[in-house]
Amino acid sequence: MTGPTLRIQDLRLGFKTWSGMVDVLHGISLHIGKGERVALVGESGSGKSVTARIVLGMLQSMKSARISGRLSFEGIDLEKLKARDRHQLRGTRMSMIFQDPTSSLNPVYPIFTQFREVLLRANPTITEPEARLKAISALADVAINEPERVLDSYAFQLSGGMNQRVMIAMALVNNPSLLLADEPGTALDVTVQAQTLKLMSDLVEQHGTSVLFISHNLGVVREFADRVYVIYKGNIVEQATTDQLFANPQHPYTRALLKAVPRITGGGIPDIPESTSGFLDPLIAHAGASEKELLS
Amino acid sequence: MSTILSLENVSKEFSVNGRRTKAVDNVSFSVEKGECLAIVGESGSGKSTIANMILGIYGATVGRIAFAGEVLPDRREKHHRRAIQLVQQNPLSSLNPRRSIGASLRLALDVHDIGQKSARAARIGALLEEVGLEPDYARRSPSALSGGQRQRVAIARALACESELVVLDEPTSALDVLVQARVLRLLSELKARRGLTYIFITHDLSVVRNIADRVAVFERGQLIEIGTTEAIFSSPAHDYTRRLISAVPVVSAEEAELRQHIMETQHA
Amino acid sequence: MKKTLLILTRNPLSLLGLFLVTVIVLAALLADFITPFPEHVGAVVDFANFNQPPHWPNIFGTDLVGRDLFTRIVYAYRISLILAAVVLIIAVPIGVAIGLAAGYLGGWTEYVLMRITDIFLSIPPLVLAMSIMGLLEPTLTNGMIAVTAMWWPWYTRLVYSITRSEREEGYVLAAEVIGASKLHIMFREILPNCVPSIVTKMTLDFGFVILIASSLSFLGLGVQPPTPDLGSMVADGAKYLPDSWWLTVFPGLAILFAVFGFNLIGDALREILGGDA
Repeated sequence: MTGPTLRIQDLRLGFKTWSGMVDVLHGISLHIGKGERVALVGESGSGKSVTARIVLGMLQSMKSARISGRLSFEGIDLEKLKARDRHQLRGTRMSMIFQDPTSSLNPVYPIFTQFREVLLRANPTITEPEARLKAISALADVAINEPERVLDSYAFQLSGGMNQRVMIAMALVNNPSLLLADEPGTALDVTVQAQTLKLMSDLVEQHGTSVLFISHNLGVVREFADRVYVIYKGNIVEQATTDQLFANPQHPYTRALLKAVPRITGGGIPDIPESTSGFLDPLIAHAGASEKELLS
Repeated sequence: MSTILSLENVSKEFSVNGRRTKAVDNVSFSVEKGECLAIVGESGSGKSTIANMILGIYGATVGRIAFAGEVLPDRREKHHRRAIQLVQQNPLSSLNPRRSIGASLRLALDVHDIGQKSARAARIGALLEEVGLEPDYARRSPSALSGGQRQRVAIARALACESELVVLDEPTSALDVLVQARVLRLLSELKARRGLTYIFITHDLSVVRNIADRVAVFERGQLIEIGTTEAIFSSPAHDYTRRLISAVPVVSAEEAELRQHIMETQHA
Repeated sequence: MKKTLLILTRNPLSLLGLFLVTVIVLAALLADFITPFPEHVGAVVDFANFNQPPHWPNIFGTDLVGRDLFTRIVYAYRISLILAAVVLIIAVPIGVAIGLAAGYLGGWTEYVLMRITDIFLSIPPLVLAMSIMGLLEPTLTNGMIAVTAMWWPWYTRLVYSITRSEREEGYVLAAEVIGASKLHIMFREILPNCVPSIVTKMTLDFGFVILIASSLSFLGLGVQPPTPDLGSMVADGAKYLPDSWWLTVFPGLAILFAVFGFNLIGDALREILGGDA
């Protein structure tokens, strides 16, 4: 398989509401190569989170959602898959980690039960001792020192950082080709976030996993991603490699975003004008980073 | 410069499931009138507990908190309440969803009997304008406003009491990047215009670097380090402070260099 | 408003509920005009015409002393609705106030108030009502007192749980920091957030109060003859089943439609207002 792990072409999303059709995504296109780490950066309401949910097939069941466009995963056209087959991909070939680790884990079951559920998805015949061994090894990978104790604990007994690592372990235990990470670490303390992201970085490198990293935090994106897509109000407005984007942001929206981030070197509070002129300017793709160039 | 707030040997213990835990351990510091003091720390640092004690939500187990020279009792009087106000982190929950913006603002005016009753509506309009919102927003319900707009209302509410000291508990952490910049600028302008004193609680060091005059670093209930922003960021005395600064995700090469520099000066 | 109408009319069940409730309320209001024999509400007998199956002009038939069943049922609706309204008007404020106080003030207040509430809740409703009626004379007024006494705890519990969770919200903290009084916070800040659930529950309760009152009358407590009451009618007519079926079936159906209609409206309200009831 030489094509991209994930390819989205002209994805559109609208919701049918009391007051008519609300368009959320206006035709976005992006792709992730094998082993690549791609960030989708935007503020709230940009459509970044719904994009991830569409890839996983989680939004399609909403009656009011109208989705069009092409989605292919490892060459397979996702929209043509039967619901059952699509469901089978989740947790096995593609998995997701979420913003708040403690609330993403089921509070009434111990960690091991949830781990086993994940392992069963890939291997329905796995026995309990085998599952336990695999879980322990996965937890060791995320630098958890007492895996046995953690497996028998409940989510509320563990710290946020610990839960985040458990989630990463669960997401990667079946060796998926694609990991979707929705603002991981945002709910964590800054030192814990730094450790967790480094861990995630090492792990995906080891396994060769492709990552779609969704975030509003430009600093984290700069440290983690290979390529960046900037999304504003349902449109991709700029795409580039991380180095290109941070060295030379071109789109007015990207520029405003970067200008708005306070620096630890000082410089005062940035002066961001109220106007959003130029934010809806068409897509700017940096040299060598456009969809066409990268996919040819 | 006069001291507007001082904490002397303040400790706070809680009883959790029969066990006593010390959330704040023998903390002393003071806040000068007109400055912006940042209180920085991660979860478990005690920064929220300190804020709550300053605001009079509960009293200290040990120690005293004094405002403008007067020791603050555990049960606050109205005039204490008026002097110290709060801007919370969560714009969704800090405004009553079943009351209009105007009603929420009016509460402060009514409780403290500020201005003539008949003039209060006009005052509310003026407050909204001061935070960059149209006066007719008073009629709207919070659900009709964005996170950034709600936070502006929360700021207006803190100003309504005409307080001197405002405690801001992660006021921009829940906001988008662009909105955060605008709100920070608003806070800075208001402080200058009204001569306010800020206690700015946050975990975001890059915000601290640009808004605070002095920084107090807390870890596990203890005051680790306190000093001017310049000093803390150029040569932090404590390893924990260094770790905090170097963990900040940065967007430019210059900042990355600074972080590197800070890490290298760590005590062996 | 548009959303309200859409929810109400889109769902056939809520339309049905709306229809039933409207019919019942209108019938009760216009009882004097739509019934053929309004005087039959009182102590009137007409032995020439007693125990007749449905026929014109007695479309529901006549009872054992010759009174028109249709008339009596419509007037019984009026009395039931008034009973329900009075019970709720008294029980709801009491229950809500206790729930707010217990939920917000905490400490001993919470403990004492909730234990009292628990005591009332632990007695089976009908048994409680019967005990009260046993102590007092069986009259309509006393019936209302009995039902009120057993009704308020449900509102306390509802409001208590909402208050406990709202207490942790930012706007309550903001009001406390501003220096608002406890009374203000309970009644002007927290109570408005309880209103959707309270209103939904009140609507559902209309049907249930009617049911409980009917049960009391069925047992001979509550409304006394000659005042018409749906429960009494069912009780009196039960002995004559299946021959004089109309004596039981029509009052029974009347109870059914009332409870059903209010339940459906309550469900629709829950969707519109978004409460927890």
